[in-house]
Amino acid sequence: MLLLKYTLIYAVVFMLVALGGMFSERSGIINIALEGIMIIGALGGVIALGLMPAGTAPAVLVLVSILISALAGMIYSLLLAFASIHLKADQTIGGTALNMLAMALGIVIARGYNGSTLAKIEYNNKPFLFEVGGLTINVFLILGIALLLISFVTLYRTKFGLRLMACGEHPQAADSVGINVYKMRYAGVMISGVLGGIGGLAYVIPSVSSWNFEVGVTGAGFLSLAVMIFGQWKPLRIAFAAIFFAIFKALANIADSIDLLAALGWSRDIYNMMPFIASMIVLAFTSKKSRAPKAEGIPYDKGQR
Amino acid sequence: MKKDQQKGRTLLQSDGSLSILSSLICILAGLLVGLIVLFIINPEHALADGFFRVIKGGFNDYPYGVGKVLANTAPLIMTGLSVAFAFKTGLFNIGVAGQYTVGAFGALFFAIVLKMPWYICLLGATLFGAIWGAVPGLFKAYLNVNEVITAIMFNWIGLYAVNEIMYGGGEGIMYDSKTTKTYSLRLNFEDAVIPDFGLADLFQLKSVTIAIFLAVLMAILIYILLNKTTFGYELKACGHNREAARYAGINAKRNIVLSMVISGALSGFGAGLFYLSGVAEWMPQNSTALPAMGWNGIPAALLAASNPIGAIFSALFISHITIGGTTLPTKYFTKEIADVITSITIYLCAFSLLFKQSLRRWMTKRKKGGESTVTKEKKEVEN
Repeated sequence: MLLLKYTLIYAVVFMLVALGGMFSERSGIINIALEGIMIIGALGGVIALGLMPAGTAPAVLVLVSILISALAGMIYSLLLAFASIHLKADQTIGGTALNMLAMALGIVIARGYNGSTLAKIEYNNKPFLFEVGGLTINVFLILGIALLLISFVTLYRTKFGLRLMACGEHPQAADSVGINVYKMRYAGVMISGVLGGIGGLAYVIPSVSSWNFEVGVTGAGFLSLAVMIFGQWKPLRIAFAAIFFAIFKALANIADSIDLLAALGWSRDIYNMMPFIASMIVLAFTSKKSRAPKAEGIPYDKGQR
Repeated sequence: MKKDQQKGRTLLQSDGSLSILSSLICILAGLLVGLIVLFIINPEHALADGFFRVIKGGFNDYPYGVGKVLANTAPLIMTGLSVAFAFKTGLFNIGVAGQYTVGAFGALFFAIVLKMPWYICLLGATLFGAIWGAVPGLFKAYLNVNEVITAIMFNWIGLYAVNEIMYGGGEGIMYDSKTTKTYSLRLNFEDAVIPDFGLADLFQLKSVTIAIFLAVLMAILIYILLNKTTFGYELKACGHNREAARYAGINAKRNIVLSMVISGALSGFGAGLFYLSGVAEWMPQNSTALPAMGWNGIPAALLAASNPIGAIFSALFISHITIGGTTLPTKYFTKEIADVITSITIYLCAFSLLFKQSLRRWMTKRKKGGESTVTKEKKEVEN
């Protein structure tokens, strides 16, 4: 039961963030900054939650904090978009810088918010949780499933999605038929900011009622990057990959507390390691026919058409 | 660009000084943002208790503050060199944090388990870092997997593996259950500590060793390797154009792996410098995040525009303001302000190329003012 609970929590997080990464990379921008976007999103959501007056209706609390986290993630992702689209900066370097900045900003803002030397923010996570047949479920599960369906439809069944993919595969061709590549890439990165921000909040809120921002989001963003690759940049595969990764992450969490698992003698470090090893094996076997968007990582220059 | 150099540009307009200039602009902008953040947090104390303390860095607490800067700079030069070396050969080594972690394991393993003297431990650290660096290289050369992805994955695999082996369920041979860290080298394995030749007394700080000189020496060696040897030239050629290098008879696959091996070795060496200083132990249970020293190698390299000699100075600068950050009064500010400054600087460095181009254009314009030079520069930008 505990395993199912944690698996559901993490699966939603990985799925949301990986979907975000997918939109960005499908438009042609490598988004290494997912980790940083998650931190900023989580921070925004948690602070919004804390600032709302005590009597606020639970539904409003949930809605507003999720919206704020999405907004925070989106604004932060604009920094990446601006650097890599308009200034044609190296996308991996820009993303790395933003990860470091988010880590530092997270601590500075959390301490400023607390007014003390602690970067730990406490919050009330009750409004986000409800029980179904003895299993605690959080709102992000429902939101996640909805967003998965929306992502799938948007990417494959709308003009916008198809154009977005064209920009990631062959931007010159896309431009030649009148698609504004810059705009589409901005849209891709901003969607990744929204999903990454919500994912950050979903990572922090359901399992604990306080979060120490000194640890950032403990590599969940990088794990989501692995989920995205494992899912080969496709929404439904990403969902399965997220569940697969989440099982290991959940096992790592409860390895010490469940007798059956403790008897196996595997520590949480080993479970933590497994998803990374699994994705490396998959990468090793599939790299020759990898479905990675062809133009990702290359700044689009109109003059080169 | 080369054509212009042949035409005889002034010293100020050469590529090197433009790099330095654009790095300085990045630093200034980073400092400015830091100042703004300080003002937002606490306007009253932003200057005297905030900004000036960051700027003064280690000199706030002379002499041991300067000692702290030096002790911190030595491993940072190495991780910076590691990233810079990979950049020069066309690779982005984001796996420095992992190679550093595994290198730290190597250093401590040779010291605690094999009870070796410090120079052998340092070699051990280098070897372990090199092995971890080889992995992304092998994946890139033979399986065509992007080195950034492999390196990120192996960062975490390395971290968890090192934690697992060191902790060993509380019974690992390197694990001291009393301190919940690895055994202290200074107390138990005096031979494994890098000698200080009186530097520790000079700066009144135990962690100052000859590490800083070793790091500077390595930077010079890497500079020579890259710029004065055929091997270095081949590595760089592969970075510029893999296909062309192959056409010229260079074994591109082998060189990609070798580049990553050397880059990883440099990270491992840096970890050795830090963990063999006698005051640092690994905490296998608390290390849920990768060591910051590994990540900071990236800014050190970028700020130096991947120049090995420049890495010495950029590492000094980053250490300087980081230590400056720790001297901020915790009543008003947090030390992470320094991290904000560094990361903003790096964010700007990501488009330093753009800075350089406009700087050059601006200089040429001011000098000659002719329309023809402007159009020539424009062409150059497009190229």
